[in-house]
Amino acid sequence: MLEILRKLGFPTVSASTQGPEIDNIISLVHWLMLILFVGWGIYFIYTLIRFRASRQPKADYQGVKNHYSTYAEVGVALVEVALLIGFAFPIWASRVNDVPNSLDSIQIRVVGQQFAWNIHYPGPDNIFGATKVELVDEAENPIGLDRSDANAKDDVFTINQLHIPVDRPINILLSTKDVIHNFKLPEFRVSQDAISGMEIPVWFKATMTSQEFLETTKGTARDGMGFEIACAQLCGLGHYRMKGYLTVHDDIGYQQWMSEQQEYLLEELSDDEDDWGDDEW
Amino acid sequence: MSDNHHHQSFWTKYIWSTDHKVIGIQYAITSLLWLLIGFGLMAIMRYQLAYPGTPVPFIGNFLGEGGILPAEMYNSLGAMHGTIMIFLGVVPLAFGAFGNYFVPLQIGAVDMAFPKLNAASYWTYFLGSVIMVTGFFVPGGAANSGWTSYPPLATTATMGQTVWLWGMVMLITSSLLGSVNILVTVIQLRAEGMTWMKLPIFVWTQFITAFLLLLAFPPLEAAAVLQLMDRIIDTSFFMPTGLVVSGEVLPNAGGGSPLLWQHLFWFLAHPEVYVLILPAFGIVTEVIANNTRKPIKGYKSLVYAMIFLGFMSFIVWAHHMYLTGMGTTIGAFFQTTTMIISIPSVVILTALLLSLWGGSIRFNTPMLFALGFLPMFGIGGLTGLPLGLAAADIYLHDTYYVIGHFHYVVAPGTIFALFAGIYYWFPKITGKRTNETLGKLHFFTSFVCMNGVFMPMFITGLAGVSRRLWDGGESYAHAAGVFQLNEFMSIFAWLLGVSQLFFIANMIISLRSKKTGEINPWNATTVDWTDTSSPPLGHGNFETVPTIYRGPYEYSVPGAKSDYLPQSNKG
Repeated sequence: MLEILRKLGFPTVSASTQGPEIDNIISLVHWLMLILFVGWGIYFIYTLIRFRASRQPKADYQGVKNHYSTYAEVGVALVEVALLIGFAFPIWASRVNDVPNSLDSIQIRVVGQQFAWNIHYPGPDNIFGATKVELVDEAENPIGLDRSDANAKDDVFTINQLHIPVDRPINILLSTKDVIHNFKLPEFRVSQDAISGMEIPVWFKATMTSQEFLETTKGTARDGMGFEIACAQLCGLGHYRMKGYLTVHDDIGYQQWMSEQQEYLLEELSDDEDDWGDDEW
Repeated sequence: MSDNHHHQSFWTKYIWSTDHKVIGIQYAITSLLWLLIGFGLMAIMRYQLAYPGTPVPFIGNFLGEGGILPAEMYNSLGAMHGTIMIFLGVVPLAFGAFGNYFVPLQIGAVDMAFPKLNAASYWTYFLGSVIMVTGFFVPGGAANSGWTSYPPLATTATMGQTVWLWGMVMLITSSLLGSVNILVTVIQLRAEGMTWMKLPIFVWTQFITAFLLLLAFPPLEAAAVLQLMDRIIDTSFFMPTGLVVSGEVLPNAGGGSPLLWQHLFWFLAHPEVYVLILPAFGIVTEVIANNTRKPIKGYKSLVYAMIFLGFMSFIVWAHHMYLTGMGTTIGAFFQTTTMIISIPSVVILTALLLSLWGGSIRFNTPMLFALGFLPMFGIGGLTGLPLGLAAADIYLHDTYYVIGHFHYVVAPGTIFALFAGIYYWFPKITGKRTNETLGKLHFFTSFVCMNGVFMPMFITGLAGVSRRLWDGGESYAHAAGVFQLNEFMSIFAWLLGVSQLFFIANMIISLRSKKTGEINPWNATTVDWTDTSSPPLGHGNFETVPTIYRGPYEYSVPGAKSDYLPQSNKG
């Protein structure tokens, strides 16, 4: 079934550890749907032909006398129970209860806003600096990070650029500055609403790097296009263009990227303290 | 009984009438016009989806610079398409029009229990619907936060949202007036002998629908008033602390919860789904029994399944909210109730399918629409299964898969049933027949086009493409393989519009045709056909109020002379 769905447009790759589980339940439930639809469909078409008025001028008051349909209804109920207990509940429990703690995982704050994704890394101290709404400056400091807080000194933030390492649990602490958004990574089967006033964790583990993913897309319609962050909840007139990019590195690549960010940060902070300013020279 | 003797002016007879039949027709004409307008909004959106950023032909100049549909207006059209189709189109047609006209007739009542309340209900609806569309003419355009109007987006949206909320308050008030009326009418005004288990299924569906409206709408009315206050006087029922919109800290005091709105909204909006589908079941049941010439299989199980469905519809609402951060216990509860509610739906569909077996099936226009309803509603129902399982919903949530799912339920589902009802009861209302050739053309073209529009949505949905995207997903990589389907769907959507011309032509031609003089052209059993005078019916409906002796579907009774025995036949 998964192969059929993939022919129809379902992603051929699932790039996270929970991806295959979710694909599995989608595939199973489509089997149930297909069997029911084909079964009903055959009965329906046969009945319409067999009992058309020209062939069956007088109707039978009793109609169906057997109980096969009751068995079918009980069957549907049993399959649904199996889907719930065997698949749906465990997947959901793992999603909600197995959120990794800050020692085992990479913690990243993602703050949605109309119409961009702010990505906030805690830096080497692994502690997020304080943020304050009064400090929000759309151009310079979109998340309102308070650099005077000791924990904030090494914090890094980017806009629409999420970088993560492969094979490490990633814990996204998801929130929003303004309206509700939805943080969706289609290839990872990850999707979570960012609800105003709440911070909600959503975790996953990437199983392939962007480089490996790009290999799989060669020759397809999305050749050369890497992982993206989609907004999947209407958030205003720019909703359609609220797109971010996700890069999955191998471990070394991620370390490199992070140290580059630290260097940029140091330059930026020293620029701010430099009375002369670079522009004049 | 007919008290048509005294002179009535045009105004008292057709405009300020308290006759349930006139009010039913008022509802029917108004809601059909809204359906056409709601469809028109979608036809514009589909142009933008098929050819993003290119000027819309013919009407482009009214839309925006260079004839291109602006993104904010796209959002307005989307929100208003949903609102108009549901609250101004389908519900008033299914419940207001069909319920008003045929519930009293089918139970042998001379009118609704509260005729003046009935007129008040229609006029409140009319006023609400006018208010709703005046949104298009205020600064910033009509409501543009989706028909779901989630805060804080809706709270911070342009003025159209305030208009939307006032409109909703009126529409809900109208529904409450209408639902009380149907409930009291069915409970109090059944003819002698019309026991509960002799009620036609159509009456049962309207009765249950009225209960759903009565119990589900008040929370949304309250919620709409709260959102109005958040917007107008900066209260914070749905607004948390510390929001920054476009660089400005919002003035609301904070402390509210946007999730509260979602709960209140879906507490209405899930029963609303059954408000949309139950009257359709009712109409389809009447048409199928009549055109198979045999009783419905399992009348009682059908009734109990519908009551159970109505009850369950109140405890599944949060399956629209799996991705709001739901925990395991609540998640398990709502997934379980959602799977449970699929069982009565399966029972109902099975009963209708089994009713065909052994019949002598006449393929007239109403029957074609009723038969078309079955597999289309089947697809709509089945595609609800993966969405009801939270794990599968993680991926499919808010994609085109959802759009395909509920459109199959409502468009080729409910709207087909409503067409079946219009063709079926047209002779009762007018005393004239509709044209069968035009009717069949209408059915087959609509059937093909509906599937052409909605089937590809499952494919784009499986690819992960989100709904409500102004560019149809063009800028997203995951849409690259399926984006071209948008044009295909749009073409079928426009053709679907063209095929409704068969319906409009049929109505005009049939209304201008001669009366046939037939009282019961379909040889039906229910008293709306057998005991009324020749149409159009006067105020009072029946020459002699019938007494009921039989069940509603006594077709092809062994040993009977004719192949149908009216409910009022003492025999």
